[in-house]
Parts: sequence; C-alpha cells; structure tokens
Amino acid sequence: MNTLIAITGLGVLCLLFEILNIRKAIVPATILGLLGVLAITMSEFNTPGNFYNNMIVVSKFSSAFSALFIVLTLFLVALSHDFYGEQQTKISDFIAIKIFMLAGAVAMVSFGNLAMFFLGIEILSISLYILAASSRMNIKSNEAGMKYFLMGSFASGIILFGICLIYGAMGTFDIAEITEWSRSAELPSWFPIGISLVTIGMLFKIAAVPFHFWAPDVYEGSPALTTATMSTLVKVVAMATLYKLLTAMNADLSESFITIIVVISIASMTVGNIMALKQTNVKRMLAFSGISHAGFMLMTLLSISTSASSLLYYASAYSLAGIAAFSVILYVCKNKDNEEISNFNGLGKTNPLLAAILTAALLSMAGIPIFSGFFGKLVLFNQTIQAGYLVVVIAAIINSIISVGYYFKIVLAMYGKDTEQGNSSTPLVIYLVGIVSILLNIILGLFPSVVLDLLG
Amino acid sequence: MDVTTILIILLIGAFATYISGNTWAPKVALLFGITAFAGSIFILNQYNLGNEIDFVSTWISKPNIYFALHADGLSLAMLLLTTALTPIIIYSSFGNNYKNSKAFYALILFMTFAMAGTFLASDGLLYYIFWELSLIPIYFIALIWGNGDAEERKKAVVKFFIYTLAGSLFMLVAFVYLYQKAGSFLISDLTQLKLSATEQFWIFLAFFLAYAIKIPLIPFHTWQANVYQKAPTVGTMLLSGIMLKMGLYSVIRWQLPIAPLAAKDYMFVYIGLGIAGVIYGSILALRQKDLKKLLAYSSLAHVGLIAAGTYTLTVDGLRGAVLQMIAHGFVVVGLFLVAEIIFRRYETRTISEMGGIRSQSPKLTSLFLLLVLASVALPSTFSFVGEFTVLYSLFQINIWFAILGGTTIILGAYYMLKMFQYVMLGETNVKVFNDVTFNEGLSLVLIVAVLFFFGMYPKPIIDLITPSIENILTQVNRFN
Repeated sequence: MNTLIAITGLGVLCLLFEILNIRKAIVPATILGLLGVLAITMSEFNTPGNFYNNMIVVSKFSSAFSALFIVLTLFLVALSHDFYGEQQTKISDFIAIKIFMLAGAVAMVSFGNLAMFFLGIEILSISLYILAASSRMNIKSNEAGMKYFLMGSFASGIILFGICLIYGAMGTFDIAEITEWSRSAELPSWFPIGISLVTIGMLFKIAAVPFHFWAPDVYEGSPALTTATMSTLVKVVAMATLYKLLTAMNADLSESFITIIVVISIASMTVGNIMALKQTNVKRMLAFSGISHAGFMLMTLLSISTSASSLLYYASAYSLAGIAAFSVILYVCKNKDNEEISNFNGLGKTNPLLAAILTAALLSMAGIPIFSGFFGKLVLFNQTIQAGYLVVVIAAIINSIISVGYYFKIVLAMYGKDTEQGNSSTPLVIYLVGIVSILLNIILGLFPSVVLDLLG
Repeated sequence: MDVTTILIILLIGAFATYISGNTWAPKVALLFGITAFAGSIFILNQYNLGNEIDFVSTWISKPNIYFALHADGLSLAMLLLTTALTPIIIYSSFGNNYKNSKAFYALILFMTFAMAGTFLASDGLLYYIFWELSLIPIYFIALIWGNGDAEERKKAVVKFFIYTLAGSLFMLVAFVYLYQKAGSFLISDLTQLKLSATEQFWIFLAFFLAYAIKIPLIPFHTWQANVYQKAPTVGTMLLSGIMLKMGLYSVIRWQLPIAPLAAKDYMFVYIGLGIAGVIYGSILALRQKDLKKLLAYSSLAHVGLIAAGTYTLTVDGLRGAVLQMIAHGFVVVGLFLVAEIIFRRYETRTISEMGGIRSQSPKLTSLFLLLVLASVALPSTFSFVGEFTVLYSLFQINIWFAILGGTTIILGAYYMLKMFQYVMLGETNVKVFNDVTFNEGLSLVLIVAVLFFFGMYPKPIIDLITPSIENILTQVNRFN
C-alpha cells in the first residue's frame, strides 16, 4: 500500500519540479525517489495485508511484480534524460506521466476489487496514449497515439462490459468474494462470458494474436522510448494482471477456455515470429517479437496454480533484455529519421560495447543459455510438459528456432557489415542502463533460484 | 583439486586474454592453454591414483539442477584431447595477424571452456548449457574473421547456427521430458529410468537430431563443407578437431545409455547412415578443387565411420570409435594447418594453383606426407588402431558394413595421395615458397609425434577408456 502512495507522491513531486523550475535535477531526483519506493516495496514483501475495504491487497505476488515494474521504470526514467534532451521544457511532464503510469501498473497487480483493477488499467492506458503521441510534430507519432487510443478504449469498453457481467453474476466487485463464489457449482452463464470479455480486453493490451493488429503500427510510430515502455513494462504489467485475474476468478479453468488459451498462445508465437522475419524496421521487428513473447508468457496460464514464479522469471528476463536492447536502439537511432536495420551496420566496430550489449540482449530473447531468457523458457517448458501440453512446447521450440533468424539479422548487420559513418557521441546514461540491465539479466541466468523461489 | 579447476583456468584465461590487449593476447591465450593442458595431466594423474576429482553442488532448486561435473576415463580422454589441441591450435595461428586479436583469442579460450564443460558435465541441463554455449564463440569466429565473400559467409554461418540450434532444442525437450520422469537431470538418475520402447524411440530421435547435425551425419551435413571453407582456419580446426567430437561423445555418454532399446531396434539405420556418409564423403572429396573443402569431405567420411562404430553397441566398436575420435582430432588439425601454411604463402586454396612445393620446402613435404599417411590409416599410425577396431566391430554386426566401411581406407588413400601429389609434387612452382617457420614446424611435429607414438603404443589410452566404456555398455544392456 505504501508503495502506491509513495509512487503517487513522487508523481506529484515531479510536477512540482516544473513549477519550482528545477528541471535539471528532475531525472536524478526521480531515480532516487524510485529507489526509495523500491526499498518500501521490498520491505512490504513479507507483510501481506488488505487496505481500504479490500480495495488494495498487498501480497507476495503483487510486491514482487511491483518491484519489477519499479526497476523497469527506473531504467526508462534514466533513459529519458537523454531522449528528451531537446524538449527540456516538457521533461517533467513526461517523467510525471511515467511515474503515474507506474502507479497504474502497481494498482493493476495489487487490486482487491474489480473497480480498482479498472482504475489501474485506465491510469496506465491514458498515460500511454499521451506518451505515444508525445512527439507532437511527428505525424507518425500522432497516428500512433490515435490508433492506440481507439484500440485501447475499445479494449477498456470490453473489459468494463465484462466486469459488469461478472458483477451481475456475483453481486460484488470484491475479488476475494468472487473467488469464493466461483467455486460453487451453480454459476450463472454470464459469469464465464464476463471472464471471457475481460480476458479479451487484456489480450488486447498484451497484443496477443488475434488482438495484435495495433501493435506494429503503434510501436513504429511512437517515440522510441515510448516503444520501449510499451514492449517491456506494459506488456509485463498486462500479463501479470491477466494472470492474477484468472487465478482469482476461477481456481480451475474450464477445458474449453484452456483450449482457447492453447490456440492463442501457439498463434501468437507463430504469427509474431513469422511476421518478424520480414521486418526491416527494428521497432516493428521487436513489436512482432513481443507478440511472440506474449505467446510464450500465455503458456503460464496452462498450469495456472503453480506458475506464478515462472511468469515472474520470464517477465523479468524478457523485459530486462528488452530494456538493454532499447537502450542501444535509442543510441543508434538518435538523429536518424527511421529505425531500419541498416542503421546498425558496423556497430561492432564503431562501438563494440554497445554491440555486445545488444547481442547479449538478443541472445537472451532467443533463449541461448546463461542468459536468463533461456531459463525462462526452460521453466515454462518444464511446467507446460508437466501439465501435459507437449504440443505447445513443440510449437514453442519450433518458434524459438524461427526467432533466431530475425534476431541474428541485427547481429549480422552489426558484425558483418561496414558502415561509412560513426556516431561519435557516447552518452554515459545509455551505457549505464545497458550494462546494468544486461548484467541483471545474466545474474538472473546464473542464479535463477533468486527469482524462482520468491513466489513459492 | 578437481575438474572445475580446468574450467576456471580456461574461463579466466578468456577474460585475461581480452584484457591483455591486442599485442599480448596470443601469448596470454597460449599460456592459459598450456596451463589448462598441464592441469588436465595433473587431473589424469589424480584420477589414476584414485583421488576424488568430481564436483557436485546444487545450483537451482526448482527445477532441480546440479552443477555436477564427473570425469571418468572417457571424459578425461576427451578433456585431454581438447586441452592438448587448443594450445597447438593457438600456437599454429601465430603466423596470422588477426584484427582485434584480443577478442579472437578470448573467444577461442571461451569456446574451449564450453567444450571442456560439455565433456565433463554429468547433469543433463548443465551439459546442455555448455553444449549451446560452445556455439556462440564459433559463430562469431567464423562470421567476423572468416574468409571469402562476406554475403556467402554470412549465409553459411547463419545456416550452421540455426541448424545446430534447432537440433539441440529438440534435445532440450527430451531432457525436460526425462526430467518429469526422473525428478532430476543427473545422468545417474536418467540411466536408471525404465522407459517404454515408444518413449525411448522419441527421446532417441530428439537426441539423434542434435547429434546427427553436429557430427554431421548424412543427410544433416549440408552446413559442414561451407562453414569449414569460410571459417578462419583456427575456427575450422576447433570445429573439426574438437567440436565434432562433442556430438560423437554425446552419443556414447547420453544417447545410448538413456535410450538403448531404440538404439538396438534401429541399429541398422544408424550404422547405415554412418556408412553412407563414408561413401558419400569419399566420393565428394575426390572431386573437390578447394583444398579445405576436400579436407571437409574427408572429415565427413571419417566421422561417418566413427558414428557407425558407436552405434554397433559393442566394446570394440565404442573403443575403436573413441580412439579414432582422438586420432582424427589430431590428423584433421594437422591437415588444416598444412592448408593454412600453404595459404599464407600462396594466398590460394585451389589445388590446381599449387604444386611443386617439395623442392622448395622438403620439411613441410615430409611432415605433410606423414599426416596424409596417418589420415589414410597406415599401420603404425594412430588412425589405424581406431579404424581397424571399428571395422572389426562392424564386421561382427554384418560383413557388408565392414566391406562398405572399408572403402574409407581405399578411397581415402586414393583422394589423399592424389591431393598430395597435386599440392606438393610436380614441377617446381615459379612462386617462391618460404620454408616453414619455427612455430608452424613445431606444431606439425607435435601432431605427427602424437599420431605415431600412440599408433605404436595405444595402450595408455585404451586402458584409460575401456573401463568407462564397459560401464556404459552395462547401462546400455540393462533392459536385457
């Protein structure tokens, strides 16, 4: 609970910085503030509790995921300093919006009431609509913001409709009561319909097939830092929320629902990967790769009662690799009007360190050992086989092979091609974010138990 | 002191090489390579004295994964092969000037680290991690420092990477499946499992895909010749000398004991594939114009025979295969080194552009001739011991296998001697051929010495590997 209050307070503080006209200090100050919030979250880890009539329920699950979100936001805020360098007058707005988005994210994993859940998702989404359109003069960014807003509000509407149906069936918004009621044998038929609608809304946010059409365009059009936010933080938040919702709604999912999850999971992996193969724009490619990773993460729903820790692990591995990759992309594509792969030509020679970071990030996403992406996949496969879905695992394996094809396109460009121009600037922050996030990724790979044992 | 020390030496070596900078990197790498070799000899000594050299510790609790390294005679033989060849390979490359050599030599040591780990790991997942890890350095070595047209090279290297990764991912599924049954990845638990014949068949198949691509067996060999040709010679040596043996070793260590029924039921298929590789490789080698490609196809023929030997499931077959693995490692490294020595002077790999080297460099000619003879398994060379034992075991299974497999010696002699004739003999070449330098000569002499010493006195190696092979065969026969 204190986490949420602290984050909101920090957001307000960011706005005050603007009024007090001390914009230069905003990034360091926010980072310090976030570190403080992280400490609060960690201290709450072992003290679960309910607040405000069960509106907010702090559990191990919510604290662990909140900590991950805070770490990701930390990186994103650190990258902001450089990214918004030319828009100094607006920097406090952007950072405040990011912090509020984090508040929404934390609310989404620690809700105890469907109203709170909806509030969280709206805070998160509205912040993102603004960020997507934040490059005002760029027509593509405007388009991305509009598209995302239209799609997002549809999704919100569907979720709201689902919540209404659930309320109609249960007579309450309270998650604990709903969980209890859902175990009883006689349920009105609109209860599962409500769950399906909420799930569909969340699948929109995760960008799983067939609700993924917005993702590539929005990713490509948005400013790169917003794309980084969407593909790491938001995807993970939405996935964790969906997981939490489904665990709460009905302890054992019905068979037909599981079948649908299987189909969506395999479809997301396959469509995402195959479409990614053809992309030449790195942001689009990562958008499709994100779709396929969403498919992987959906596999956790197949063994829903035991897979909280593997979801946390996979999410951390994926998002840390994503942050590392995007920090390099921000560097390479700065002052360029597109994000074509050819921009990466010869990076292995002009800037070996950043090339190594990006390579490591891509290897992690492809699931090559010692990077945590590999262990993420391993625990997923392990659990899914245990639950008896060997077919999904085989599909996932084939997709892992396909994914190497496009991840290595970037690696090949970096090491196999020459460039005529070098980017001489060496922003310290980008190095720092890249190195720290990839180191965290490798540490998670060397000691997976640190995360895997967290949630029992 | 246990086997982890070797791995630590190699890993530290890789970092130290990178830090030491471009000028010192080759020497530092050589130093660590030799240290690792000395360490392996020491470990071997400890093993012979009966001291504890294994290392087991819990790594991950959920899923249950151990950091378990176990060395028996077979593992030690492969470890020695790895650590003996690495310094030779590094030393022989002193004649080349590689750009950014600190990264190059660091990658070599890192790859050696991963390969040594593969030979030592006794936990399935740890083994898998080392197995995959060895792929990354060779990918970059071949991509960045390779030769030939950049676009073609990229294609060849990416194909190689995706191929091998694809194979090994299916192996991963097999391991995860086995984990569900056994509750751990330890080989001692996995070999206790009582799997049904169907389960064994699928698991065998998953492993087979990984190993057949790595070895490579027909029809999974298409990556090989191109990568051998495009990779820098050091990379080719690492690939053909050591990395191929990872596949063959894994067949003996993992595939056969875990799924023996499947190995027995379809034995003829696997042996047939191996023999097919022998004939196919030999015939293609006959027609090659590029020296490195010729050696690549000859390598394909030799490993085909080794693979056939392992799938006979007899003591002789396995023993001969292991002996031949070691012999082939040295032979192929020597042959590629000669190709590189010629390339350094003539800037060509096309056989027709060579010739007449004998009169200019009698030393190289004699050493090369000895290598060629060792390659065609002349009696008194190491290859003869291995190849003869394998052929004998094939004869016990079916005489036709032995006859067809024996063509490797006949065809091998034909294409190798023909190649030798075109490359070394003939009229004196107009181009000047500088005599071999000291480090080239020393590397070749060392390799030839090993081949002839163990050719005449293979007993130490046979004594080292036989007990572990018998152990493995008891596990293989546990279903009878």
